[in-house]
Amino acid sequence: MDFTPVIDNFDLYLEGLWTTVRLVFFALVFGFVLAVPFAIMRTSKNPAVNGPVWAFTYFFRGTPLLVQMFLVYYGLGQMQFMIELSQQPAFEFLQDAYWYALFAFTLNTAAYTTEIFRGAILGTPYGEVEAARACGMSKVQIYRRVILPSAFRRALPAYSNEVIFMLHGSAIASVITIVDLLGAARIINSRYFTPYEAFISVGVLYFCITFALIGGFKLLENRWFAHLRPREETTAKRKTKVSQAA
Amino acid sequence: MKKLIAAVFATAVAVGAVGAEAKDWKKVRIGVEGAYPPFSQVTADGKLVGFDIDIANALCDQMKVECELVTQDWDGIIPALNARKYDAIIASMSITPERKEKVDFTNKYYQTPAKFVRKKGSGIEITQDGLKGKSVGVQRATIHDNFVTEVYGDEVEVKRYGTQDEAYLDMVAGRVDLLLADSIALEDGFLKTDSGKDYEFVGPDFTDPQYFGEGAGIAIRKGEDELREMLNAAIDAIRANGVYKSIQDKYFDFNVYGS
Repeated sequence: MDFTPVIDNFDLYLEGLWTTVRLVFFALVFGFVLAVPFAIMRTSKNPAVNGPVWAFTYFFRGTPLLVQMFLVYYGLGQMQFMIELSQQPAFEFLQDAYWYALFAFTLNTAAYTTEIFRGAILGTPYGEVEAARACGMSKVQIYRRVILPSAFRRALPAYSNEVIFMLHGSAIASVITIVDLLGAARIINSRYFTPYEAFISVGVLYFCITFALIGGFKLLENRWFAHLRPREETTAKRKTKVSQAA
Repeated sequence: MKKLIAAVFATAVAVGAVGAEAKDWKKVRIGVEGAYPPFSQVTADGKLVGFDIDIANALCDQMKVECELVTQDWDGIIPALNARKYDAIIASMSITPERKEKVDFTNKYYQTPAKFVRKKGSGIEITQDGLKGKSVGVQRATIHDNFVTEVYGDEVEVKRYGTQDEAYLDMVAGRVDLLLADSIALEDGFLKTDSGKDYEFVGPDFTDPQYFGEGAGIAIRKGEDELREMLNAAIDAIRANGVYKSIQDKYFDFNVYGS
């Protein structure tokens, strides 16, 4: 094995790393912003509110991410109005594959996150809602002060999985010309015909991001689930534990 | 359990023993791409057709061996050869020094120049200045990829595709300004098709052997000289007996072998 091509072209990997991080980060942020209202709609008993969101999550959870990305990139891209629009100076960014991948990833992660949050919202102990109502809170206040904070807390372990899946799923962006982490590895592989070196290095980089994410979520869980830990543990001990986890 | 292990071990030894003998090539597995019209493509009913495919079959007939065609995506086509997924690659692969480090090549079986394609009326010229800020679509891991990256890498944005067909799709969608590929592949695979009617060739024929190699040859694993000699002899034979010409005339109206 000869890792010189990888070392010589490490800036390519770093660029790829940056693209992957940006892509995943924004997809998760936008996906989250969509998922919160969607999850609330999804728990509604009114089919006119619940139905469209159900159809959305059904479609995006029922088809592979790669298919969704092809539909957006090649499918939408072939439409005449999209071609004309992307030739306008103001919409030139539509020629860039990045936005199509971001769009597809956002909708995909929104669908999964919606279902995760829906489950968490439905899991809210009814007593909490009743108590809030007895205090005279409005519906919005109940969601903001009671249901959503406790739902996010409960959803955290499942959501951390979704984040990691999204990171790994983002590797398919390289198929539509985006030079993300895997895209960088494929360039190295094709230029030097060194599949092992190129893909092992990229695997290690994905590994590092994944572990950083897991560590981050562990910190969050330690913080948000503090009330669930055995009582005899003192605050001082807790603090050292948190710093160790970091 | 012990018997099973013994059996597995015995089989492994037997297989190893057979593998160690010199191969007498009754059957040759050939890697092809299947997404590079008119050289190699899959028809609507799933059949492999094209110039490469016909050449492969003609060579096998000539060598009196059984042929099995295996389709493989382009950017894994050399690793798969070395991983023994097949024994030879007949996929319009140009003979270049980089590839020669990983595989051996037969003599060429055809040679055609590379060219750029632009949209009619776009007025893009193939000069260092004319290319500034443009994007060029190429197939990943090809001589065209290497050429654009090395010669115009500072001026243009290189967009790399897994197959030539995907590059055509993006050209039509207006996402790349230029394509660089083999002139025949571009002409028959794109310009002559319905979606390619608004596009045209621009710039010179590129043949510089430093980037574009010595023509397309058949790649085989390093050290399999016997197979290489068989293939070289077969290429000469079909060139001499007219089979090559009849295949060529089926696809092209000019001499595709080059000088």
